[in-house]
Amino acid sequence: MPEYRFKTPLLEEDIRQLKVGDAVLLDGVVFGVRDGNLMRIFDKNTPPPCDWRGAALLHSAPNVRKLGPGKYEPVSVGTTTSMRMDRFTEGLLRDYGVRALLGKGGLSERSAELMRQYGAVYLSVTGGAAAMETLQIEEIEKVFWEDLMPECIWQIRFKGFGPLTVGIDTHGSNLQCEVQQRAQRKTVEILKKMGID
Amino acid sequence: MEVRNTFYTLVETVCRDLYIQSLKEIPPDVVAALERSAKNETTEVARRIFAHYLRSIDLGRKENMIVCQDTGIPIYWVEIGGELRLDGSQLTAAIIRGTERATREHPLRSSIVSPLGRQNRQTNSGQRIPIIHYDFTPNSNVLDILFMPKGSGSENMSFMQMLLPADGLNGIKKFVLEKTIGAGAKPCPPMVVGVGIGGSSDLCMTLAKKATTRSIGSKNLDSELAALEEELCAAINESGIGPQGLGGATTALAVHVESAWTHITCNPVAVNIQCWRAERRRARISPDEQVVVGF
Repeated sequence: MPEYRFKTPLLEEDIRQLKVGDAVLLDGVVFGVRDGNLMRIFDKNTPPPCDWRGAALLHSAPNVRKLGPGKYEPVSVGTTTSMRMDRFTEGLLRDYGVRALLGKGGLSERSAELMRQYGAVYLSVTGGAAAMETLQIEEIEKVFWEDLMPECIWQIRFKGFGPLTVGIDTHGSNLQCEVQQRAQRKTVEILKKMGID
Repeated sequence: MEVRNTFYTLVETVCRDLYIQSLKEIPPDVVAALERSAKNETTEVARRIFAHYLRSIDLGRKENMIVCQDTGIPIYWVEIGGELRLDGSQLTAAIIRGTERATREHPLRSSIVSPLGRQNRQTNSGQRIPIIHYDFTPNSNVLDILFMPKGSGSENMSFMQMLLPADGLNGIKKFVLEKTIGAGAKPCPPMVVGVGIGGSSDLCMTLAKKATTRSIGSKNLDSELAALEEELCAAINESGIGPQGLGGATTALAVHVESAWTHITCNPVAVNIQCWRAERRRARISPDEQVVVGF
């Protein structure tokens, strides 16, 4: 499987060549987002204080140490379950031009359809492996909306973040969703084999 | 044997260290199981994910890093030797202080909030948290503390049902398979599956959770339940969910079953899941205040 290395912000033509299962390394700024700040953007109609055209957004769960006003260093920065943020996919792609959502566990079929339409991908981060992820951080450059701590928007600069696995591509494939659907069908077979209906 | 006052201070620092170190050092039986599973995977994606797991475990040990950012719900399983004379309320207070000191002194992310207002004291403690289970060991004069920082990705995949007696063992098997396979990528597979059978509803779930703390490779002493553990584990691994739900040969590292007798009208079953790190750490404190740490 091909391995790609991109610098953020991402270009649509780069994103459109990716296929599920491909490995991707990212360099540059990735924005950490999660429930609290996305709810402010979309439920309270407050636009994000940063330019997200071509951006990579990470469903993030930061564990940080404060160094001074607005300045933090990572203690353990890991990835949280994406499905909680599924309903924000459309707004992020349509209104703000986001090109990649990064997280763990996958997103819905609806999100995959939107990614096909707008030219964006889901990159699966290895959940629970925060130690590796943390060492790939060069710097937490900026923090927006500190009042939401720890659910602020984190502007994090990575060097060689990954390899991440393409979970949803722009061609309509959704790897985690397909694996899950196959497993559900398989469960019926397994039970039958065990003599259970 | 009556303990000295310094015993409680020792319990406090032991609990602090158990919390911090449990997040950094993954139990060797879990590491060995992950290493074995990594070798069984045939796809590039699954091998990539296992490599990330093993790399993070290595960083935890060698670079003194927290392996996962989730500091979990702190849970202590305490076994008090029957010959040990101590003040239970002071013991509880020491465990709580140890939890709070770990959070403040490391520092650790405080993952604990009030259930409705979502208020966070930044201490990883709160009403009825940390969770402390007490048990007693006859003919013993030591205090055993087993700690687990229970991560939420897997804890959110907890399931319990009061089946009917007529549903029998098949009903239990069906419930366990549908729930664990249905959990998919969410609990960060490959997982350690704890199954509780019998008891009351609350005891049943406690048994399921306790089962996840057993070391991988251990078997239930009852041969029928040991066979059930093997059968369920093999069945879950046929699902193909694999690491991070991206597809692969290993979805469960182990299935552990614990049981209790129940009521004539009841057939309770519970599932509790640990993620791939299955963190746990234990300490044995003797009355002369010697501490031995293990997993």
